[in-house]
Amino acid sequence: MKLKSLVAGIALASTLATGAQAADYVIDTKGAHASINFRVSHLGYSWLEGRFNEFGGSFSYDAAKPAEAKINVDINPASIDSNHAERDKHLRSNEFLDVKNHPSASFESTAFMPNGDGTAVLKGNLTLRGVTKPVELAVTKIGEGDDPWGGYRAGFSATTEFQMKDFGITKNLGPASETVYMELHVEGIRQ
Amino acid sequence: MAIPIKNSRNSYGLGSIALHWVMALTIIGLYPLGLYIETLDYYDPAYRTIPHWHKSIGLLLASLLIVRIFWRALTVQPAAIEQSRLLKVITHSVHMLLYVLLVIALISGYMISTADGRPIDVFNWFQVPALPAVVENQEDIAGEIHYISTTTLVSLAGLHALAALKHHFINKDQTLTRMLGMHQETRT
Repeated sequence: MKLKSLVAGIALASTLATGAQAADYVIDTKGAHASINFRVSHLGYSWLEGRFNEFGGSFSYDAAKPAEAKINVDINPASIDSNHAERDKHLRSNEFLDVKNHPSASFESTAFMPNGDGTAVLKGNLTLRGVTKPVELAVTKIGEGDDPWGGYRAGFSATTEFQMKDFGITKNLGPASETVYMELHVEGIRQ
Repeated sequence: MAIPIKNSRNSYGLGSIALHWVMALTIIGLYPLGLYIETLDYYDPAYRTIPHWHKSIGLLLASLLIVRIFWRALTVQPAAIEQSRLLKVITHSVHMLLYVLLVIALISGYMISTADGRPIDVFNWFQVPALPAVVENQEDIAGEIHYISTTTLVSLAGLHALAALKHHFINKDQTLTRMLGMHQETRT
């Protein structure tokens, strides 16, 4: 009993010491508790899903002041993976992501507007293929709390969509396949 | 007079002649087919067939190369055509380089298609399984190597053909005729 309250006391003290400002989280890409997925319609008959295997970033979030939340993500576009070597080769070529000339992609948030029900709208700038354009993400908070290894985590998922041609991809895969739908899952470890 | 299957000290036998010409025509055919694949759009009607043929023929060519290397090792090689020492060295180097480039071209081609662990279908007769990928984005690196090695191979094969014609028309020796099975030694 005594020990328990001592532990609780230390935990509380450390929370007070570090938790004064919005907490900073690093996206857990090391443990692969995050993913950036995309899907594009194939001929209008089905979905082609893929992902970016290499990315990293951080966010700050405080449940008490959600409007101050911020996130930055850097993505390696060459790590695109649609589970088909020849297609990935084509997607990296200048007809699509042109990764030789544009070896990085990123997202930087500019505003976070909570809807009050655990969802929010995240505004930010997406840089892809050398083009920076504002995009809006529909964010859902999944949860936050202590993890079994002595840390503290918070996780979100988000969806957005954009037109390939808006980012300089001139290759047209047909009217059903002009839009890219993104689905992002991030789990952050509080620093 | 029928051409013997095996080589002699003076001329090529049917085995070497057939392997040489079947492989030569296959390589000459595969190269433009490969360039054509590069231009194909996803929705091109040929997109489903041409790459499939290119890969299938390429893998059959690889099996022919294995047969050829064994055949070359097991049968006697006709003596080199008499010419200057320098030209003999160049000729031998070009021949060896043709083999090396073909090996590189075949392996790199295989590594493009199998980078994601998928096997290659050979005319839907059988599948050649994939080996684990060696490098990150293997399809890109293997693709570059495939393009460079095949372009060099076809260019060098052109030089090889010109050299054969030079031997035939200028030196008037049996270089070309013995690879066509037209030069028969007259044994007494």
